[in-house]
Amino acid sequence: MRFQKKSRAEGGIPTASLPDIVFMLLIFFMVSTVFKEFRGIPVRLPAAKKIEKLPGKRNVVYLWADDRDRVSMDDKFIEVSEISNIMYQKLSDPLRQIRVVSMKIDEQAKMRHITKIHEELREAGGAALNVNYSTKTAN
Amino acid sequence: MVVEKKKTRSSEIPTSSLADIAFLLLIFFLVTTTIDVDKGIGLVLPPKGETKEIPKKNITNLLVNAEGKVMIDEEPTEIMMIKNIIMNKLTQNPNMLVSVKTDENTKYRYYIQVLDQLKQAWGNKPAKISIAEPAK
Repeated sequence: MRFQKKSRAEGGIPTASLPDIVFMLLIFFMVSTVFKEFRGIPVRLPAAKKIEKLPGKRNVVYLWADDRDRVSMDDKFIEVSEISNIMYQKLSDPLRQIRVVSMKIDEQAKMRHITKIHEELREAGGAALNVNYSTKTAN
Repeated sequence: MVVEKKKTRSSEIPTSSLADIAFLLLIFFLVTTTIDVDKGIGLVLPPKGETKEIPKKNITNLLVNAEGKVMIDEEPTEIMMIKNIIMNKLTQNPNMLVSVKTDENTKYRYYIQVLDQLKQAWGNKPAKISIAEPAK
Protein backbone atom coordinates (compact mmCIF):
# COMPACT_ATOMS: atom_id res chain seq x y z
CA MET A 1 0.00 0.00 0.00
CA ARG A 2 1.32 3.40 -0.99
CA PHE A 3 0.58 6.60 0.78
CA GLN A 4 0.31 9.68 -1.29
CA LYS A 5 2.74 12.29 -0.17
CA LYS A 6 1.02 15.28 1.28
CA SER A 7 2.00 18.64 -0.10
CA ARG A 8 3.67 20.72 2.61
CA ALA A 9 3.29 24.17 1.15
CA GLU A 10 0.05 25.87 2.06
CA GLY A 11 -1.42 28.51 -0.13
CA GLY A 12 -3.34 30.81 2.22
CA ILE A 13 -2.24 33.66 4.44
CA PRO A 14 -2.85 32.82 8.10
CA THR A 15 -5.86 34.84 9.22
CA ALA A 16 -6.13 33.66 12.78
CA SER A 17 -4.59 36.83 14.21
CA LEU A 18 -6.53 39.17 11.93
CA PRO A 19 -9.28 39.93 14.47
CA ASP A 20 -6.63 40.78 17.06
CA ILE A 21 -4.94 43.27 14.76
CA VAL A 22 -8.24 44.82 13.78
CA PHE A 23 -9.34 45.09 17.39
CA MET A 24 -6.10 46.81 18.30
CA LEU A 25 -6.65 49.41 15.57
CA LEU A 26 -10.27 49.71 16.61
CA ILE A 27 -9.38 50.42 20.22
CA PHE A 28 -6.83 53.03 19.13
CA PHE A 29 -9.40 54.92 17.07
CA MET A 30 -12.06 54.59 19.76
CA VAL A 31 -9.73 56.15 22.29
CA SER A 32 -8.48 58.93 20.04
CA THR A 33 -11.87 59.96 18.69
CA VAL A 34 -13.38 63.10 20.13
CA PHE A 35 -17.02 63.36 19.21
CA LYS A 36 -18.02 66.65 20.71
CA GLU A 37 -17.37 69.18 18.03
CA PHE A 38 -19.20 72.35 18.86
CA ARG A 39 -19.10 74.84 16.06
CA GLY A 40 -19.70 77.87 18.27
CA ILE A 41 -20.38 81.24 16.74
CA PRO A 42 -19.46 81.51 13.09
CA VAL A 43 -16.24 83.53 13.09
CA ARG A 44 -13.74 84.49 10.42
CA LEU A 45 -10.39 83.67 11.93
CA PRO A 46 -7.40 85.89 11.17
CA ALA A 47 -4.34 84.44 9.46
CA ALA A 48 -0.83 84.16 10.93
CA LYS A 49 2.48 82.53 10.05
CA LYS A 50 4.20 81.76 13.34
CA ILE A 51 1.64 79.40 14.81
CA GLU A 52 1.77 76.56 17.26
CA LYS A 53 -0.40 73.54 17.88
CA LEU A 54 -2.78 73.11 20.75
CA PRO A 55 -1.85 70.30 23.14
CA GLY A 56 -4.72 67.89 22.58
CA LYS A 57 -8.40 68.68 22.83
CA ARG A 58 -9.33 67.44 26.26
CA ASN A 59 -7.54 70.04 28.36
CA VAL A 60 -8.73 73.00 26.36
CA VAL A 61 -11.49 75.48 27.06
CA TYR A 62 -12.97 77.02 23.95
CA LEU A 63 -14.16 80.59 23.86
CA TRP A 64 -15.81 82.23 20.89
CA ALA A 65 -16.23 85.94 20.35
CA ASP A 66 -17.51 87.76 17.29
CA ASP A 67 -17.59 91.33 16.01
CA ARG A 68 -20.98 92.01 17.59
CA ASP A 69 -19.59 91.63 21.11
CA ARG A 70 -21.14 88.22 21.63
CA VAL A 71 -19.24 85.62 23.65
CA SER A 72 -19.83 81.90 23.74
CA MET A 73 -18.41 79.33 26.09
CA ASP A 74 -19.62 75.85 27.01
CA ASP A 75 -21.91 75.66 23.99
CA LYS A 76 -24.00 78.65 24.99
CA PHE A 77 -24.03 82.39 24.78
CA ILE A 78 -22.84 84.15 27.90
CA GLU A 79 -22.21 87.65 29.10
CA VAL A 80 -18.60 88.85 29.23
CA SER A 81 -18.95 89.38 33.00
CA GLU A 82 -19.77 85.68 33.46
CA ILE A 83 -16.47 84.48 32.03
CA SER A 84 -14.50 84.75 35.27
CA ASN A 85 -17.03 82.66 37.20
CA ILE A 86 -17.23 79.93 34.58
CA MET A 87 -13.47 79.87 34.20
CA TYR A 88 -12.98 79.67 37.94
CA GLN A 89 -15.23 76.61 38.12
CA LYS A 90 -13.42 74.99 35.23
CA LEU A 91 -10.01 75.65 36.71
CA SER A 92 -10.96 74.16 40.07
CA ASP A 93 -12.22 70.92 38.53
CA PRO A 94 -9.66 68.30 39.66
CA LEU A 95 -10.72 65.81 36.99
CA ARG A 96 -9.91 68.10 34.12
CA GLN A 97 -6.68 70.01 34.26
CA ILE A 98 -7.19 72.99 32.01
CA ARG A 99 -4.00 73.91 30.24
CA VAL A 100 -5.05 76.29 27.49
CA VAL A 101 -7.89 78.61 26.64
CA SER A 102 -8.43 78.55 22.91
CA MET A 103 -9.88 81.81 21.71
CA LYS A 104 -11.70 81.84 18.42
CA ILE A 105 -12.26 85.50 17.75
CA ASP A 106 -13.56 87.15 14.61
CA GLU A 107 -10.93 89.20 12.81
CA GLN A 108 -13.24 92.22 12.75
CA ALA A 109 -13.77 92.21 16.52
CA LYS A 110 -12.64 95.33 18.35
CA MET A 111 -9.83 95.30 20.93
CA ARG A 112 -12.14 96.94 23.47
CA HIS A 113 -14.13 93.71 23.55
CA ILE A 114 -11.07 91.47 23.66
CA THR A 115 -9.48 93.40 26.52
CA LYS A 116 -12.59 92.80 28.60
CA ILE A 117 -12.29 89.07 27.92
CA HIS A 118 -8.60 89.19 28.89
CA GLU A 119 -9.43 90.91 32.15
CA GLU A 120 -12.11 88.37 32.99
CA LEU A 121 -9.75 85.48 32.25
CA ARG A 122 -7.03 87.01 34.39
CA GLU A 123 -9.45 87.40 37.25
CA ALA A 124 -10.43 83.72 37.17
CA GLY A 125 -7.05 82.08 37.45
CA GLY A 126 -4.79 82.40 40.44
CA ALA A 127 -1.85 81.62 38.19
CA ALA A 128 -0.72 82.58 34.73
CA LEU A 129 -3.09 81.34 32.06
CA ASN A 130 -2.09 80.12 28.63
CA VAL A 131 -4.22 81.44 25.84
CA ASN A 132 -4.12 80.51 22.21
CA TYR A 133 -5.55 82.82 19.58
CA SER A 134 -6.87 80.50 16.91
CA THR A 135 -5.73 81.48 13.45
CA LYS A 136 -5.62 80.16 9.95
CA THR A 137 -2.31 79.40 8.31
CA ALA A 138 -1.12 82.33 6.24
CA ASN A 139 0.52 81.75 2.90
CA MET B 1 -22.22 -2.82 13.54
CA VAL B 2 -23.52 0.13 15.53
CA VAL B 3 -22.97 3.54 14.12
CA GLU B 4 -22.49 6.06 16.83
CA LYS B 5 -24.67 9.07 16.41
CA LYS B 6 -22.63 12.20 15.90
CA LYS B 7 -23.37 15.09 18.20
CA THR B 8 -24.49 18.00 16.05
CA ARG B 9 -24.81 20.76 18.61
CA SER B 10 -21.64 22.82 18.84
CA SER B 11 -20.94 24.50 22.13
CA GLU B 12 -18.73 27.25 20.73
CA ILE B 13 -19.71 30.76 19.70
CA PRO B 14 -19.13 31.21 15.96
CA THR B 15 -16.18 33.57 15.59
CA SER B 16 -15.87 33.64 11.82
CA SER B 17 -17.80 36.93 11.59
CA LEU B 18 -15.90 38.57 14.43
CA ALA B 19 -13.34 40.10 12.09
CA ASP B 20 -16.12 41.53 9.91
CA ILE B 21 -17.82 43.18 12.86
CA ALA B 22 -14.53 44.59 14.10
CA PHE B 23 -13.74 45.92 10.63
CA LEU B 24 -17.10 47.64 10.46
CA LEU B 25 -16.51 49.35 13.81
CA LEU B 26 -12.96 50.22 12.77
CA ILE B 27 -14.15 51.90 9.57
CA PHE B 28 -16.77 53.83 11.53
CA PHE B 29 -14.19 55.23 13.92
CA LEU B 30 -11.74 55.89 11.10
CA VAL B 31 -14.33 58.02 9.35
CA THR B 32 -15.49 59.91 12.43
CA THR B 33 -12.03 60.69 13.86
CA THR B 34 -10.94 64.26 13.22
CA ILE B 35 -7.22 64.48 13.04
CA ASP B 36 -6.96 68.21 12.33
CA VAL B 37 -5.55 70.10 15.30
CA ASP B 38 -6.26 73.64 16.32
CA LYS B 39 -3.46 76.04 15.59
CA GLY B 40 -2.87 79.54 16.77
CA ILE B 41 -0.68 82.08 18.47
CA GLY B 42 0.08 81.26 22.07
CA LEU B 43 0.39 83.83 24.82
CA VAL B 44 0.56 83.71 28.61
CA LEU B 45 -1.79 85.96 30.55
CA PRO B 46 -0.44 86.93 33.95
CA PRO B 47 -2.80 86.74 36.94
CA LYS B 48 -4.56 89.88 38.02
CA GLY B 49 -2.57 92.25 40.15
CA GLU B 50 0.83 90.85 39.24
CA THR B 51 3.22 93.59 38.27
CA LYS B 52 6.87 93.37 37.44
CA GLU B 53 9.35 96.17 37.43
CA ILE B 54 11.20 96.35 34.18
CA PRO B 55 13.98 98.82 33.51
CA LYS B 56 12.84 101.49 31.07
CA LYS B 57 15.72 100.85 28.69
CA ASN B 58 14.48 97.29 28.08
CA ILE B 59 11.00 98.36 27.05
CA THR B 60 10.02 99.07 23.48
CA ASN B 61 6.62 100.64 23.13
CA LEU B 62 4.53 99.51 20.21
CA LEU B 63 1.30 101.32 19.54
CA VAL B 64 -1.35 100.15 17.09
CA ASN B 65 -4.09 102.54 16.12
CA ALA B 66 -7.59 101.82 14.81
CA GLU B 67 -6.43 101.98 11.17
CA GLY B 68 -3.70 99.39 11.68
CA LYS B 69 -0.86 101.91 11.64
CA VAL B 70 1.99 101.17 13.99
CA MET B 71 4.30 103.33 16.03
CA ILE B 72 7.46 101.82 17.51
CA ASP B 73 9.17 104.10 20.01
CA GLU B 74 7.71 107.26 18.42
CA GLU B 75 8.61 106.09 14.89
CA PRO B 76 5.60 105.48 12.64
CA THR B 77 5.80 102.33 10.52
CA GLU B 78 3.74 99.55 8.91
CA ILE B 79 2.76 96.20 10.41
CA MET B 80 4.85 94.25 7.90
CA MET B 81 8.00 96.15 8.95
CA ILE B 82 7.73 95.24 12.65
CA LYS B 83 9.68 92.00 12.32
CA ASN B 84 12.80 93.65 10.90
CA ILE B 85 12.73 96.62 13.26
CA ILE B 86 12.34 94.40 16.33
CA MET B 87 15.05 92.02 15.12
CA ASN B 88 17.43 94.97 14.81
CA LYS B 89 16.55 96.14 18.29
CA LEU B 90 17.00 92.62 19.66
CA THR B 91 20.56 92.38 18.38
CA GLN B 92 21.35 95.55 20.31
CA ASN B 93 19.52 94.47 23.46
CA PRO B 94 18.59 90.77 23.79
CA ASN B 95 16.66 91.41 27.01
CA MET B 96 14.25 93.73 25.30
CA LEU B 97 10.52 93.49 25.97
CA VAL B 98 7.85 94.81 23.67
CA SER B 99 4.81 96.43 25.19
CA VAL B 100 1.91 96.26 22.77
CA LYS B 101 -0.72 98.89 23.23
CA THR B 102 -3.78 99.07 21.03
CA ASP B 103 -6.54 101.55 20.51
CA GLU B 104 -9.88 100.32 21.80
CA ASN B 105 -11.19 100.41 18.22
CA THR B 106 -8.27 98.46 16.76
CA LYS B 107 -9.46 95.41 14.92
CA TYR B 108 -8.44 92.02 16.23
CA ARG B 109 -6.94 91.22 12.81
CA TYR B 110 -4.27 93.90 13.21
CA TYR B 111 -3.53 92.74 16.74
CA ILE B 112 -2.92 89.18 15.52
CA GLN B 113 -0.74 90.44 12.66
CA VAL B 114 1.35 92.42 15.14
CA LEU B 115 1.70 89.43 17.48
CA ASP B 116 2.62 87.25 14.51
CA GLN B 117 5.34 89.70 13.44
CA LEU B 118 6.71 89.86 16.99
CA LYS B 119 6.75 86.08 17.31
CA GLN B 120 8.61 85.87 14.02
CA ALA B 121 11.16 88.42 15.20
CA TRP B 122 12.01 86.28 18.22
CA GLY B 123 12.16 83.13 16.11
CA ASN B 124 12.45 80.01 18.22
CA LYS B 125 13.16 81.84 21.44
CA PRO B 126 10.20 82.66 23.71
CA ALA B 127 8.93 86.09 22.79
CA LYS B 128 8.77 88.75 25.47
CA ILE B 129 5.51 90.50 24.82
CA SER B 130 3.46 92.51 27.23
CA ILE B 131 -0.11 93.49 26.46
CA ALA B 132 -0.99 96.91 27.77
CA GLU B 133 -4.50 98.18 28.35
CA PRO B 134 -5.91 99.88 25.27
CA ALA B 135 -5.93 103.64 25.09
CA LYS B 136 -9.35 105.12 25.63
